[in-house]
Amino acid sequence: MTPVDSVAPAASAAAPERDRLLRRSLRDPVAVVCLLVLALVIAVSLGAPLLTDHAPDRSVLADTLAPMSATHPLGGDGVGRDVLSRLLYGGRTSLLGGTLAVLVAFAVGAPLGLVSGFYRGWFDAVAGWTVNVIMAVPAIIVMFVVMAAVSQDLNVAMIVLGVIMAPMVFRLIRASVLAVREELYVDAARVSGLGDARIIRRHVLPVVIAPSVIQATQVFAVAIGIQAGLAFLGLGKASQASWGAMLGDAFTNVYNAPVLLVWPGAAMGLTILASSMLGNAVRDALGTAEPRVVRRREPVARKAAAAVAELPADRLLTVEGLRVAYGEKTVVDGVNLTVARGEVLGLVGESGSGKSQTAFSVLGLLPYEAGVTADHLVFDGKELLALDLAALNALRGRGIGYIPQEPMSNLDPCFRIGSQLVEPMRKHLGLSRAEARTKALDLLERVGIPDPERVFRSYPHQISGGMAQRVLIAGAVSCDPQLLIADEPTTALDVTVQAEVLDLMRSLQQERHMGMILVTHDFGVVADICDRVAVMQKGRIVETAPARQIFASPGHAYTRMLLDSTLEGGPARGALHVPSKPVKEVTS
Amino acid sequence: MLAFLLRRIAAGAVLVVVVATATFLLLSLTGTDVARNILGETASASAVAAKSRELGLDQPLVERYWHWAEQALQGNLGSSWFTGDSVSQSLTDTLPVTLSIVLAGMVIAAVLSVALGTAAALRGGWVDRAVQFGAVLGTAVPSFLIALVLAVTLAVRLGWLPATGYVALGTSPGGWLRSITLPALSLAVAATAATAMQVRGALIDILRADFVRTLRSRGLTTRSVVYRHALRNAAPPALTVLALQFIGLIGGAVVVEKVFGLPGIGTLANSAAVRGDAPVLLGTVVVTVVIVVAVNLLLDVAYGWLNPKVRVS
Repeated sequence: MTPVDSVAPAASAAAPERDRLLRRSLRDPVAVVCLLVLALVIAVSLGAPLLTDHAPDRSVLADTLAPMSATHPLGGDGVGRDVLSRLLYGGRTSLLGGTLAVLVAFAVGAPLGLVSGFYRGWFDAVAGWTVNVIMAVPAIIVMFVVMAAVSQDLNVAMIVLGVIMAPMVFRLIRASVLAVREELYVDAARVSGLGDARIIRRHVLPVVIAPSVIQATQVFAVAIGIQAGLAFLGLGKASQASWGAMLGDAFTNVYNAPVLLVWPGAAMGLTILASSMLGNAVRDALGTAEPRVVRRREPVARKAAAAVAELPADRLLTVEGLRVAYGEKTVVDGVNLTVARGEVLGLVGESGSGKSQTAFSVLGLLPYEAGVTADHLVFDGKELLALDLAALNALRGRGIGYIPQEPMSNLDPCFRIGSQLVEPMRKHLGLSRAEARTKALDLLERVGIPDPERVFRSYPHQISGGMAQRVLIAGAVSCDPQLLIADEPTTALDVTVQAEVLDLMRSLQQERHMGMILVTHDFGVVADICDRVAVMQKGRIVETAPARQIFASPGHAYTRMLLDSTLEGGPARGALHVPSKPVKEVTS
Repeated sequence: MLAFLLRRIAAGAVLVVVVATATFLLLSLTGTDVARNILGETASASAVAAKSRELGLDQPLVERYWHWAEQALQGNLGSSWFTGDSVSQSLTDTLPVTLSIVLAGMVIAAVLSVALGTAAALRGGWVDRAVQFGAVLGTAVPSFLIALVLAVTLAVRLGWLPATGYVALGTSPGGWLRSITLPALSLAVAATAATAMQVRGALIDILRADFVRTLRSRGLTTRSVVYRHALRNAAPPALTVLALQFIGLIGGAVVVEKVFGLPGIGTLANSAAVRGDAPVLLGTVVVTVVIVVAVNLLLDVAYGWLNPKVRVS
């Protein structure tokens, strides 16, 4: 059977959505054209007796392969039947067959899917298994068996095809119902004593209607195709004019009159396309279309205005006048900051203040749709905005290391941890596989992983979140960067692990004399390891001061407010005395 | 993993038995007098009765089923009611043809869908729109219509490739390749369309994933990030969709074989269906289901191999 992608159930589609669906679909010119094509096919098929005097199955020997003429506008076929007449009456067969298949598929599949999804249990299990059995055999071979055993009538065949295609409807309806069932308002309806029948009518049916329309167009198209295939193969009654049979006749005369293939081929192709593109247009109108791709390009809006000014010798990073905008929306608005070698700068602010965007700008890791501009973005004497991608890649990992927030989602699930550590080291440091492996194992040990060999061989899903964060820290420092950018590195961790990871970062930073930007919203973290603090609000830096001074006498009202909320709401940590060696941690 | 495989094999065996039994029953339901059908209207009543006995049709249904099942388990699927040919032999002769075009179609679909899906996801713009539009066309148009167009244009008109006939791989590898190219292409279109959309969607999601940003932060080249890491992550869901296409390809092959005059199981089943040759039809169904089960099993293994979470735990 031709599998048709089932449509993702739109569980949240409410009733007013449905009313607008038709109107929104009609605004799409593609949908209008498709509807017109289908209407035309229906009209000429139903009006066949008015459009032609010839009977579709009456053959006149003299008209065999007759050319186009006034009496036979499209000529005669291989056994002297009128082609136009067969085309028009064949449309009836296709439309009737497609309609029968859709009706039967929904009559069988919809109620079963409804019951299966709503009540689950043994019924669901049995139905699901039956569906798998039906879908394991190609539909056309089942049709062979049925037509040999039961009837050669194409309409009977299409009814059976409806049963065979019912699983597609079953799966769609079942999935939609399952999704709705979990919704709170359905629970509420049940609690308030509504009967199952009413819940289904009020809450479930409205949700499944739109995806059902899409599914129906697909079943219709597939059924017409399979019916034509059967007739093309010579199955079906000779008296039943059909596009498939016409294709079969034309194909036997392909060397004499290839044009005969055009009419039924075009009629069938157009009908199928119109039906299935109509379904697509409805899906677009529903807003469940495929995601759009933003065109990939190298960051174009990155530009530096003025020439690099004279900078202090120990200056590692200088950011001046940094702006990040997404279209009209500016998220970072003229940020200035500096990091000296070996200095830890805390970048503090609420979520949405632009602190992560600032950090990612330095790495050139913002999404492609972000527009980044700055007067200066100078790292270690190099103007970052002037670098091409290759030069930037040479710097990432090597000059600037990055520690992400969420450990589990930041390791590639398909590659072993060892390979993820080794790949950058081989690229940046030119190490051999064996050398990189040795260095990776040393690093894993350095970041406090008890069994480096085992973790090296493991996949990310086999280690705990705390372990994963240590692996990411090892990866960030693996190529001996001078600057570390850490984006809320402890936020996603257990409270017990947070202190250890922070301590590890602090000791690595000191022993390698790295500069560091620590993005955080937690003043406890700031107090632990930061030398200086920059406070961000709404895309601007409102205050920059040494950490001690921020705590003793915050200069800006916003800083005071942040400090107060941390001291009242969050766990007050003050100067934590963490063990100098990381405590070995148990893998979960 | 092993327990999982054994479970799948058992489920597959049950599936084969159920489908075979259902097909046997369905084919026995036919109301017409089979022996009369075979011998024609002019045959005498005694000849018809003798033929009925010869085919075992005078036996009760259950007995006939057990007899068939017993023989089938030993690899003997009976013989054709009309030609007397051994069904197993006919299937052995025709199966390589069908498998050639279906597997070649799968390979073409796998290669093209990765190329098109990746291009759409990475390039965006008109490339993306063209791939999406092509996918809608490709999934909608039946494979035999595509086969007709290819046969008439490339084979009959231009004569680039043979319009009909099959050359065995053992006879001439070049001839084999030429004889299966157009049929395999026609079959590959729908599978390519569905799988390319899956590759595209998966890649778009993956390129937005956190770990991709982290990989880029390590200075890895775009080539390594996209082609080594992102595509590797997109492979398991793409394989799932491609696996679903296999049954569709077998169904399509049945009609496409007719277009290109290929003596495959589709052609065998087609003539059996026209004549009402139950043993041949039954044999075709059984072999088809066995192949579907076997291919799904292989794809399960491949999926496990591609997906560390399945493989390692």
